[in-house]
Amino acid sequence: MRYARPETIEQAAGLLSQEQGVTRILTGGTDVMVQLKAGLVEPALIVDIKHLPGLRSITSEDGGFRIGAAVSGAEMGEHAALRALWPGVVEGAELIGSTQVQGRATMVGNLCNGSPAADAVPGLIAANATARITGPNGTRDCPVADIPAGPGKTTLGKGEIVTSLHLPARPPHSGDAYLRFIPRTEMDIAVVSAAVSLTIDASGTVTAARVALGAVAPTVRLVGPAADAIIGSKLDESALTALAAAASAACSPIDDKRGTIAFRTQVAGVLARRAAQIAYTRAKPTTGASQ
Amino acid sequence: MALDSSAKRVFKVVGTRPPRPDGVDKVTGRALYGADVSAPGMLTAHILRSPHAHAEIVSIDTSAAEALEGVKAVVTAADFAVQDDQSLRDIQENCMARTKVLYDGHAIAAVAATSASIARAALKLIKVAYKQLPHVTDVDAAMRPDAPVVQSGRSLETVPAGMSENVTSHCEFGHGDLDAGFAAADLIVERSFTTAATHQGYIEPHACLASMTPDGKADLWCCTQGQYNVRTICAALMGMEASQLRVTASEIGGGFGGKTTVFIEPVALALSRKSGRPVKMVMTRDEVFKATGPTVSSSTDVKIGMTRDGRITAGEAHLRYSGGAFPCGTVDMGAQAAFAAYDMTAVRTLGWNALTNRPKEAAYRAPGAPQAIYAVESVVDELCQKLDLDPLAVRLKNAARKGTRSSYGPTFDDIGLVATLDAVKAHPHYTAPLAPGQGRGLSAGFWFNFGGNTCVSLNVNTDGTVGVTEGNPDIGGSRAAISQMAAEELGIPYDKIRTIIADTSSLGHNDVTDGSRVTFAVGLATIKAAQDAIAKMCSRAAKIWDIDEEAVVWEDGAARPSGPNAGKFPPMSLAEIAAVSFNTGGPIAGHYEYNADGAGVSFGVHLVDVEVDRETGATKVLRYTVFQDAGCAVHPSYVEGQMQGGAVQGIGWALNEEYIYGEDGRLQNAGFLDYRVPVASDLPSIETVILEIPNPGHPYGVRGVGETPIVPPLAALSNAVSRAIGLRLNRLPMSPPRILQALSEG
Amino acid sequence: MKSIHVSASVNGDAVEFICAPDESLLDVLRNRLDLTGAKEGCGTGDCGACSVTLNGRLVCSCLVLGAEAEGTEIGTIEGLATGDTLHPLQQSFIDHAALQCGICTPGILVAAKALLEKNPDPSDTEVRYWLAGNLCRCTGYDKIIHAVLDAAKTMRGA
Repeated sequence: MRYARPETIEQAAGLLSQEQGVTRILTGGTDVMVQLKAGLVEPALIVDIKHLPGLRSITSEDGGFRIGAAVSGAEMGEHAALRALWPGVVEGAELIGSTQVQGRATMVGNLCNGSPAADAVPGLIAANATARITGPNGTRDCPVADIPAGPGKTTLGKGEIVTSLHLPARPPHSGDAYLRFIPRTEMDIAVVSAAVSLTIDASGTVTAARVALGAVAPTVRLVGPAADAIIGSKLDESALTALAAAASAACSPIDDKRGTIAFRTQVAGVLARRAAQIAYTRAKPTTGASQ
Repeated sequence: MALDSSAKRVFKVVGTRPPRPDGVDKVTGRALYGADVSAPGMLTAHILRSPHAHAEIVSIDTSAAEALEGVKAVVTAADFAVQDDQSLRDIQENCMARTKVLYDGHAIAAVAATSASIARAALKLIKVAYKQLPHVTDVDAAMRPDAPVVQSGRSLETVPAGMSENVTSHCEFGHGDLDAGFAAADLIVERSFTTAATHQGYIEPHACLASMTPDGKADLWCCTQGQYNVRTICAALMGMEASQLRVTASEIGGGFGGKTTVFIEPVALALSRKSGRPVKMVMTRDEVFKATGPTVSSSTDVKIGMTRDGRITAGEAHLRYSGGAFPCGTVDMGAQAAFAAYDMTAVRTLGWNALTNRPKEAAYRAPGAPQAIYAVESVVDELCQKLDLDPLAVRLKNAARKGTRSSYGPTFDDIGLVATLDAVKAHPHYTAPLAPGQGRGLSAGFWFNFGGNTCVSLNVNTDGTVGVTEGNPDIGGSRAAISQMAAEELGIPYDKIRTIIADTSSLGHNDVTDGSRVTFAVGLATIKAAQDAIAKMCSRAAKIWDIDEEAVVWEDGAARPSGPNAGKFPPMSLAEIAAVSFNTGGPIAGHYEYNADGAGVSFGVHLVDVEVDRETGATKVLRYTVFQDAGCAVHPSYVEGQMQGGAVQGIGWALNEEYIYGEDGRLQNAGFLDYRVPVASDLPSIETVILEIPNPGHPYGVRGVGETPIVPPLAALSNAVSRAIGLRLNRLPMSPPRILQALSEG
Repeated sequence: MKSIHVSASVNGDAVEFICAPDESLLDVLRNRLDLTGAKEGCGTGDCGACSVTLNGRLVCSCLVLGAEAEGTEIGTIEGLATGDTLHPLQQSFIDHAALQCGICTPGILVAAKALLEKNPDPSDTEVRYWLAGNLCRCTGYDKIIHAVLDAAKTMRGA
């Protein structure tokens, strides 16, 4: 195995596309190192992109934020303005692993590892975040939702590197939230998760919403009917019940050592409902947008 | 043995909380654990393990591995002589499979090489041909007549005819007329329970450094609870004599019973012998879960009859345990412990052990008792609920006390169960209000505690300090307690004493650190060794004063004349006597060797409040109080530590920990990610209440405390959760999917 | 595999080492630099016994490549005390009997120090959540939390 630490994005993309053997891109390393140790992957080349220019920054852009691929969850949590704008996205990133893991893990790494239970992804998809990708054919942007392709798989081509994510600006009175179910209070992989992003009007009626579920399908599911169930409502009991039902209906999970089909399906509805309530509280002008 | 039992003695050092002697080393990272040492010329070793739950080993070809540059030795079972003794044969075959692999992860070969990466590469070059066999991992399935047979010919004569060959032993305890007892009951509850296998979960994986020289002597450094036991087993497996093998116990990163035997040590020795170089072997976490010694898994049926006013009239328990692929006697202890907290007129417990394709069981804090007492205490609680009786009052009404004939045979002497129950009754936790969705659970628990073979040597240095040499690895702070007892008996300050743990060449045999025996047995031996040294120091003073030895007494750390007739001599302190010892006969030491009995049982009662989220099945532990009888708490902080640590292990066992096997018989959760031990944020403060009802068998009244605390949490939590959700649960762990399922079915 | 030459700083001292490309920082600390205070409890970032700081950030050294340490400042348990004076956290752990076997202790001390540098007055809950990635099997965490809170108080007052 070789370890490379390129100085420019072109060098990085070149190394990756020219390598015949298996490659891995290294940001936080909290998935790659585990897989290396378990013998699940035997890369010929590891490309450490943490030292590429700009990949460790969080910058304001178009009313939202561009977050470099090497920004850790801990750094995101320390960024007050980012937390205030997209608290659900930040809490997703901050739930990955432990304090130690958050000191290294990145949202981009979490996304590209391709786990259906990845904690950062539902929030990013609910937020309609986009990814900037540089590869042998140049640079492109695409919705984060288009990147996961199945357990352990992405739609990225050979030599392509996600260099940053962009979280858009928010209309006034918007809020988001991410909840996951784990058997302990920390440290577990999400058994099922839900992210809700919504906007309300002055009367408290939901005018826009996106609901994303994790760990209930091979990739994170954006559930249109669940969003429709609450759009136009003030999140009253019947809207929430319809939301939960639509969320459960959208699940096609598996039985595994972490949870059963029945459990995931039922709890997806519970979490979608609770996440919507938190997002709604964050959106209301009287309580302020940040937690 | 009859000993002074000063029930209300006023102690000066015992009962205080001095700093432990190994504290600075451990907070600075200087302490040396199993994997922390190296030797010149050292090789690194790794083990090849079976990927199958059950298979014949058709052939093993190690030639390609041996030819790899950097590989210095490869061993298989062929490198170990067949043992005559059955239990040694089982240990050897568990360390390295001979003809069959019996569980996923069973060791079949090992390589020692000049680097870890070469050793791992060499493992891949070993060619093994397996013939897979049907497997069985469930204890009840293993007992069916048509179950795949894990090992033939292992059943003892106690097993009734017609049962599967997997059933290896049967036991029975009890007394009284069960039929009459049940007939006298106003309500009978009969329930079945299952518990999953769990692991001790020590944070330090097994590690050792073995160094054998061509003259047949060897040094072995390993993390172990019993260096003498390691010596006995390894010497036998290697065909060595005891004096040729020196085993040194490192500081140990947790054991809880799981490091009382050997897994990698004979293999490392064999590699060292073959290569002529020191060999270091460290298990990965994955290997620890797959191939060390988890608990039994259990399936139990319990039937208890009770009168309307809460008197237990009869109790019966059938326990089916599986200790993995080798015969295991743990069910005997479960069968004995099951009803130990109660005064029973009619009681019967029957136990069976069945083989399964799982790793070989090792002890885990009170082995066998948690499973049995979980079942019994759950049924008692259900009876209380149905008869609308206070669970504490019912325990008090039926509690075993001094003079009770125990359910397992012996009659109890002074025991602390009633005092412990009274302490619960008086505690604010018992009557604190509960909100809707919350439930409170209670359980009693018990462990026998043991004595065992012990040697202590106590040496008086010429500057008045004292060295105590004992032979039991310190897993809970025992060095501090030993030093305290020596200081108390000698009458000198705690900081004048240094207690160390000897290697096997430096002291006589000591049984393993287990059975909650160290503070009791090593403490007692230390007191006796101190008394021996005192007698010698009095003799030296008598010589100096030229009076009879009988005229000298020891008080407050000094020899003094026993009365005015003996003569007017100022007292001679230990330091003063020591300073002239070379002139009065030579160095001064005391020692004591014995096989201790008189260990006192330890009862505990746990109280827990939980809140269950009915929409997700998640359980939050809100409040937890541990009540336990310590007899005499030598160092209260370390007694509290045992109570808290054991309680939290029990919480993990009750809520989330389990061995999960797939259809293929392979372990699915061999890591800390999916084998879920409690983390700090899962828990509230664990409050402790120590009772002291002295054990008459120890000069200061000490009872072992280390094991009992893991016993009550299982039922305490199950009772709390059951009351919180209004449904009885009968399976551990009570993970959220199971609770949610029970709620949706209930 | 060709070895990589790395220069870094450990506990304020300049160090140089060579390591294999796939060797973890934990392996380097223990096997190349003789700093055995950080422990391997799991090798997968699930137990925290290998905790160190990397450029001031709390991390699991089993999840960092030795090669990634180039040009960084690493803080280990061996750097907590100043000469022969224990850090208040270390003293507090001894005073509160916050360790039994002690294998988790180095990782917890490094983690607790990182917490108190960021938040000198944490609540009980904040300490528990910060330390959730540090498993302890002996103590049930109770005395550890007390020791951290007490050390925090001492450090605020001093």
